[in-house]
Amino acid sequence: MSTDTHAPFEEKPETPRATGELIRLERVTKRFGDHTVLDNLDFSVDAGKHVTLIGPSGSGKTTILRLLMTLLKPDEGVITVDGQQLFPAPEKQVREVRKKIGMVFQQFNLFPNMSVLRNITEAPVTVLGMSKDAAEERARELLEMVGLTDHLDKRPAQLSGGQQQRVAIARALAMRPQVLLLDEVTSALDPELVAGVLDVLRDIARSTDITMLCVTHEMNFARDISDQVLMFDSGRVIEAGSPEKIFNEPEHDRTRQFLSAVL
Amino acid sequence: MTWDWGAVADFMPYFWDGLWVTLQILVFGSLISFVLGLVWALLMRTPTRWVTWPVGAVTEFIRNTPLLVQLFFLFYVLPEWGITFSAMTTGVFAIGLHYSTYTMQVYRAGIEAVPVGQWEAATALNLPLRRTWTVVILPQAVRRVVPALGNYVISMLKDTPLLMAITVLEMLGQARLFAQQNFQFTEPLTVIGVAFIVISYLASLALRALERRLVH
Repeated sequence: MSTDTHAPFEEKPETPRATGELIRLERVTKRFGDHTVLDNLDFSVDAGKHVTLIGPSGSGKTTILRLLMTLLKPDEGVITVDGQQLFPAPEKQVREVRKKIGMVFQQFNLFPNMSVLRNITEAPVTVLGMSKDAAEERARELLEMVGLTDHLDKRPAQLSGGQQQRVAIARALAMRPQVLLLDEVTSALDPELVAGVLDVLRDIARSTDITMLCVTHEMNFARDISDQVLMFDSGRVIEAGSPEKIFNEPEHDRTRQFLSAVL
Repeated sequence: MTWDWGAVADFMPYFWDGLWVTLQILVFGSLISFVLGLVWALLMRTPTRWVTWPVGAVTEFIRNTPLLVQLFFLFYVLPEWGITFSAMTTGVFAIGLHYSTYTMQVYRAGIEAVPVGQWEAATALNLPLRRTWTVVILPQAVRRVVPALGNYVISMLKDTPLLMAITVLEMLGQARLFAQQNFQFTEPLTVIGVAFIVISYLASLALRALERRLVH
């Protein structure tokens, strides 16, 4: 296909796609006041893997995503993405490394003052320097993929929550990130809208080599897409393994308690 | 007391002159207050105290001293330092500056009301800070503050007669001049009173129309 640069899933990174370890957190500690959310955490994710973080609320899962997106700064430790330090690092380097990462939020966080199309094209044009035409072309393809072709001129407020979240997924993918961070992306949705969003994500997980880090309470979804599941408790990983192992034969008491509560 | 339509007719040419001046004060004063207020609000968000402290102190000072004193100061004291402007220019600048110290608070509230998720989305998309302000934060903040800014425009309208004190012949100035020359106070003062109500009303209509257009 000659137009493969426009294909929604055909990633064309400027640098060759990393293999092996893509994300690394070393001895990362994050405190909010007296409360230690992450305690000396070591943690790594290989390129192309889909990793789901589960655990009770307040156990630090979302904090990890927010540290990686540079929405928070750790108090101690080192964060590396694709061999480049994200923390500690000078602002210029942070901006470079951050290009490799995209995030979808629980509350969608679409820009309400922009059309759906503009929400998706704004960053590719201003940050990646894509032409407006190319960015719109790609946005249309992404919107087709998430099933929202008819809505590109609408404002986010005219869409349902599920539709907004699918636009947010398209917006994140438009930046061609190597890593996609998914922060409880269905938690704010009405129950009947959850499936549509999860289907889109399953599709992405199946057909791209994008690395996914996912915080979710949708255990069936986690089971479907994950290569690895990490069970968090009080800022530490207490158990890690394949979804089969974690969901079928959890070793840790806390894991068993948590799963029996949510399943 | 009798009402003399003849006096009204005699006053009208002066009234139109005064109305024109009042409207100019209002329009240019508002524009200055909108722009300067935004500048103050943005400067107050810079992380360095070397900016926020002086800006905070100066605007606090301006907000808490009477506009009339500021008018006198700019009109009578600045020329002693060799800085001279026309009464009209001085008046428009003074009223715009005075009101900018109020509009800055309106902008601040509007900026703070933009959900933190908007900042986070902009960071996640790697938008440069300037771009985040110009296409994400400010368009949303300004939309929120239009009603409050409009209220200050109407407030400002009611303060325009203060410029009479530095010899600007706006509506009240014209009315007083006419009254003193003809010994007829009722008609000119009534005419400008009605004019103030009409302008306020039209301004509030325009404002509501603008608000409706800005709802997304």
